[in-house]
Amino acid sequence: MPDITRDEVAHLAALSRIDLSDAELDHMAPQLSVILDAVASITGVVGDDVPATSHPLPLTNVFREDVVTPSLTAEQALSGAPEVEEQRFAVPRILGEEA
Amino acid sequence: MSATTETLVDFDEVLTRYEPALGLEVHVELSTATKMFCGCSTAFGAEPNTQVCPTCLGLPGSMPAVNRGGVEAAIRIGLALNCEIAEWCRFARKNYFYPDMPKNFQTSQYDEPIAFEGYMDVEVDGETFRVGIERAHMEEDTGKSTHVGTTGRIQGADYSLVDYNRAGIPLIEIVTKPITGAGAKAPEVARAYVQQLRELIVALGVSEARMDQGNLRADVNLSLAPIGAEKLGTRTETKNVNSFRSVERAVRFEMSRHAGILDAGGSILQETRHFHEDSGITTSGREKSDAEDYRYFPEPDLVPVAPSREWVEELRGTLPENPTAKRARLQAEWGFTDLEMRDTVGAGALGLVEETIALGSAPQAARKWWLGELARRANDTGAEISELGVSPADVAAVQKLVDAGTLNDKLARQVFDGLLAGEGTPDEIIAARGLGIVSDDGALSAAVDKAIEANPDVAQKIRDGKVAAAGALIGSVMKEMRGQADAGKVRELILAKLT
Repeated sequence: MPDITRDEVAHLAALSRIDLSDAELDHMAPQLSVILDAVASITGVVGDDVPATSHPLPLTNVFREDVVTPSLTAEQALSGAPEVEEQRFAVPRILGEEA
Repeated sequence: MSATTETLVDFDEVLTRYEPALGLEVHVELSTATKMFCGCSTAFGAEPNTQVCPTCLGLPGSMPAVNRGGVEAAIRIGLALNCEIAEWCRFARKNYFYPDMPKNFQTSQYDEPIAFEGYMDVEVDGETFRVGIERAHMEEDTGKSTHVGTTGRIQGADYSLVDYNRAGIPLIEIVTKPITGAGAKAPEVARAYVQQLRELIVALGVSEARMDQGNLRADVNLSLAPIGAEKLGTRTETKNVNSFRSVERAVRFEMSRHAGILDAGGSILQETRHFHEDSGITTSGREKSDAEDYRYFPEPDLVPVAPSREWVEELRGTLPENPTAKRARLQAEWGFTDLEMRDTVGAGALGLVEETIALGSAPQAARKWWLGELARRANDTGAEISELGVSPADVAAVQKLVDAGTLNDKLARQVFDGLLAGEGTPDEIIAARGLGIVSDDGALSAAVDKAIEANPDVAQKIRDGKVAAAGALIGSVMKEMRGQADAGKVRELILAKLT
């Protein structure tokens, strides 16, 4: 079964924008491995003839007609925003973390 | 923007050592009434954050629902590009963090695009290049960010403001296979591809396809390989290319820049570049790094799309005429020479000329205004002919006035001056500028008498039968009338008075 390395945890943490300390990285790696192992046990009960499934329902082509439905008002839309300016969501500088 | 310190190799010299390979990714924003996964309106220009709902804001518990119109448009685009249409495909989540994408993933397609393995024949200077289409897939647009800070750009911004009205609008991303063998024509092939793809999209009626409004966005991939090499070189991906002309310039610039690096023994960094319209150069953007590990996985909230072959054939029946066949048909109908046709297509004026003719102008008249007058002016200002602010209806209206004898060519040009300056409709411009041919026979007759009086020797020549000398008098009358006379009528009057 796959072992999650410390480097992999660090990579996932970076992608998820979660700041983990060295101690936390050491702690998370074996935990994630245990979870993956548990999920991987399912491969033991399916044969080669069972394709990977992404959806439990045997449905296709569920469409909506191209007809406009009411939107939220700007007040409703912005009600959960920590900062609002000019009827827009104010967000921290975007390139900051890469600069 | 930092000044470029790169060594650029002269374009012709690049070609002596390297073979360019192009790849183009074009995003087409569909003109469906609603977004791809929710019923919010897509109308342009609404107040910020008034066309949003829990789904396109990515609020917890919201569920997407696929727009049938978006799927139909995707299939029709795929068919028009000679693609195969998937019998079964899924949406996928492309995960990344960026404030213009409130869900923290973009609903896109990954390894199961709805359309794949097609081609488009692109004409450049009478030569046809077959551009392979790798795939066309469905996805959604992002919100629109405004960067607040001293620079007004994303670099150096203090913070950003986001309007999510655009978030979730359907996009079709069309990706070419590597285009090789174009050599010196690579920049023109890139431009012609985007131009002809736009024509096709417009003919399909699935998008406004205006590059200046961002309905059609092109990313230009370019790499160089030493001539004769089998492997493609490392590519760069240039974004922010917002006009046909910029597509051509971006390819040209990147070819020169890559050659400079390769000549010096360096290697090309696989990265995103930004094109700068003002200077025509590209600068480094984000480096492709592990920050772009998108962890695609099938979208669990949407079931697969499995277009029946009956549906696909039904949609095939709605396709407009194939552009190559259409060009041949129009050329025959209009009686254009090969050169006239090539110039019309090359200037991006085919659709404009076609519409003008459909509105009643004679083919050569429509060509004269678009190619002789407006293409030149577009060129002078570096604008696209379609973005001058002059419509086929305007040109047809002007030509109608010329046909009726209300305007001559010289006055018509002044009407175009007014149209380009945004002074209103042709009629409004004629009224405001006092244009229009003087049909008052008294005024004209007086001007003719004055000209005869001022030029007695010329008048005598005409009396002696040298009718060709009338030209000098016509010129003098036209000057007197400030160009606002019908030259044919002036000639008649002169001859009537002197012979």
